[in-house]
Amino acid sequence: MNAKITNIAEKQRTADDGKSRIPNPESQIVIALAGNPNAGKTTLFNALTGLRQKVANYPGVTVERKEGVWRTNEGEPARLIDLPGLYSLDATSLDEQIARDVLTGKLSGLPKPSVIVAVVDATNLERNLYLVTQILEYKIPVVIALTMVDVAEKESLEIDTAKLSGLLRLPVVEVQAAQKRGISELAERVFQTAAENKRDSDDVLDESLIHLSLQDDGEINRKIFARYNFISDVYQQSVKAKPTDERNLSEKIDRVLTHKFFGLIILIAVLLLVFQAIFSWANLPMDLLESGFGALGDLARASLPEGLLADLIVDGVIAGVGGVLVFLPQILLLFLFISILEDTGYMSRAAFLLDKLMSKFGLHGKAFLPLMSSFACAIPGIMATRTIENPKDRLATIMIAPFMSCSARLPVYALMIATFFAGQTVFGFISLGAVLILAMYALGIVTAIVVAWILKRTLLKSPPPPFVMELPPYRLPNWRNVVQSMLNNGWQFLKRAGTVILAISIILWALTAFPRPSDGDTSQAISQNQIAPGSQEPIDTIVTTDESCGCSLPDEAQIAEAERKAAEEKQGAALRNSYAGQLGRFIEPVIEPLGFDWKIGVALIASFAAREVLVSTLSIIYNTGKDTTEESEGLIQAVRDAKKDDGSPAWTPLTAITLMVFFVLAIQCMSTVAVVRRETNSWAWTLFMVVYMTALAYAAAFLTYQGGRLLGFG
Amino acid sequence: MLISNQTVNLTDLPIGENAKVIAVRGDNQITKRLMEMGVVPGASVRMIKSAPFGDPVEIQVRGYHLAMRKSEADRIEVQSPKSEVPSSKSQVSSPG
Repeated sequence: MNAKITNIAEKQRTADDGKSRIPNPESQIVIALAGNPNAGKTTLFNALTGLRQKVANYPGVTVERKEGVWRTNEGEPARLIDLPGLYSLDATSLDEQIARDVLTGKLSGLPKPSVIVAVVDATNLERNLYLVTQILEYKIPVVIALTMVDVAEKESLEIDTAKLSGLLRLPVVEVQAAQKRGISELAERVFQTAAENKRDSDDVLDESLIHLSLQDDGEINRKIFARYNFISDVYQQSVKAKPTDERNLSEKIDRVLTHKFFGLIILIAVLLLVFQAIFSWANLPMDLLESGFGALGDLARASLPEGLLADLIVDGVIAGVGGVLVFLPQILLLFLFISILEDTGYMSRAAFLLDKLMSKFGLHGKAFLPLMSSFACAIPGIMATRTIENPKDRLATIMIAPFMSCSARLPVYALMIATFFAGQTVFGFISLGAVLILAMYALGIVTAIVVAWILKRTLLKSPPPPFVMELPPYRLPNWRNVVQSMLNNGWQFLKRAGTVILAISIILWALTAFPRPSDGDTSQAISQNQIAPGSQEPIDTIVTTDESCGCSLPDEAQIAEAERKAAEEKQGAALRNSYAGQLGRFIEPVIEPLGFDWKIGVALIASFAAREVLVSTLSIIYNTGKDTTEESEGLIQAVRDAKKDDGSPAWTPLTAITLMVFFVLAIQCMSTVAVVRRETNSWAWTLFMVVYMTALAYAAAFLTYQGGRLLGFG
Repeated sequence: MLISNQTVNLTDLPIGENAKVIAVRGDNQITKRLMEMGVVPGASVRMIKSAPFGDPVEIQVRGYHLAMRKSEADRIEVQSPKSEVPSSKSQVSSPG
């Protein structure tokens, strides 16, 4: 039997070789990989394509489009399309619709697949076969890749693969992708099927299924029932389940992990661990990146001729790209944890545990993951909402995701706390800074809950969303999948955020640099001054103690300080007359009730591109050198010393808290706005979000500042 | 043997109990999704547990675990084997 197949395949291959020698991607065989979530599809895809894969989005939507090249010795390399994980093809969710479009060849640039590899989980045969019965109706030849056979054997399920293949009239190949077992046999079957298909496309279709689709005119539910009846027959004939009293391992683990009490405790512990990792383990690589970009800036400054080009490259490009790259370690860590939690099966348990709580605010249990991701960055968080099927629930989740304090707010919080609250404690032992940061996180979460509650009762009113979710068996994560997913997501983040922020950084730089002061000497003085602090105090400007700054400065530094102040006045005049300064002064009447002067206004405008830009803009405005971080001594001192135009201090502890409150609630992130526009496919909702969040931020900051003043602070 | 008043909603099936699905009520997306996931008339289900706040519930169907809210489980009418064969039970117990 096997020899015969190989023979046919061989004949076909030689025939093919004769016909088409052109390596034209258009003429390449297209093979689609379809299967239920958790069926081992990703592992198989990675095993078949190796690193020859690319991740993009389907045009106009954000469903991930994974494609790779499958090279075998069976013929020309084929294009392998990884469809999103699906339970059904009835096109209720975006994923299902895309999958249908791929199977019907409706997507431009992607011909209808020649063969579909249906990934079927042997431990969950009946439900996995449901999708197969649907795919068959698209009249595309199917080869079944049966995964998890080893696990099925452990669970005392005996599957007669030959019988299964006979009953379904489809080739069935057992594969263990992680061990690369069955891969070559799968390739043989797939390419043979593809070759046969060229001659006669209807051969493979099962008669009983043709019969089944004839009665399709009836209601959908009858059709589902009929498919499952067929599957039950197939299952009973091809699978022997030995009776075992032993509940499976997953159920034992679940006794603890979804326990009414311990389940919640463990969930909180897991979240704490993730945040701990994101906020502290990421520090070292972040510092390294930061000083790396500082050094790169210095190097560029030293090797480029002084002038506009050097300014553009150092202050615009390097500072802009560096500003984004610095967050990469946090983003990667978050995605690492998310893919581990998803791969092991814990993520759906978290949704299971929290659904009741979340549904009280009108949210779906599945909103948990997007909201959690948003603590690192709202962009992946908003992208993750596409697992929520109901469009209104999805929209509600998108609308509140940016309230989760993302990592880009941290530099702002850190600067404010280091400047005004360092070393202070509450009750003598709790750091005031930690309390404030916690309060900011809480403010974001509470606001999100209230807004979701209001939205779900007004604009996004809909019946309570369905919650029908598989709780997949616990599995050890496949490290290759985890790392691959982390890298893919990290790269997508870089592309998305990097391009926007880079562009904005350049624009912003131009706004602060133009119009150039007409006096040549002034500009010379300014640009010299800009290098000075950086070259005097190399990387060790990052100081951990913050109180003993003014008093213990060496003489040399005091001289530099005096020089700096002299130049500052010139610089101040230049900034004041720049476009950014004009903008800042233009909005000053609006932000004055919040206690902000026009210089803070410039930083605020700049930070609407990206929150963390506030720090670098303040350092441009206060002229403390380009490689300043939120912890650098120079910037902290400059903020403390900053004066309003009338000579009063520009900053007080109350201003700092007001600014933090504003940052919790405002949508200061161009990339988020762009992603929201793409995800909602609606300018109206995008605009609504920008307006309501900004209004809310303004109102809350106003209340904080004016309320604080009434109480005698500031 | 089919005694309609012996059926209960899946929500009321005690934990650890097995039953057979008799009907999935309603005709909308939720019904369709439940059926696509394998909860069709004739399928055996087992109640596993409910979440910390009492909702959603976890069941086993076709060899895998499925979570759903009580409002969804209410649409599923089941008949437990115990209620299916009440006569045989009483026969066993009467001589003893």
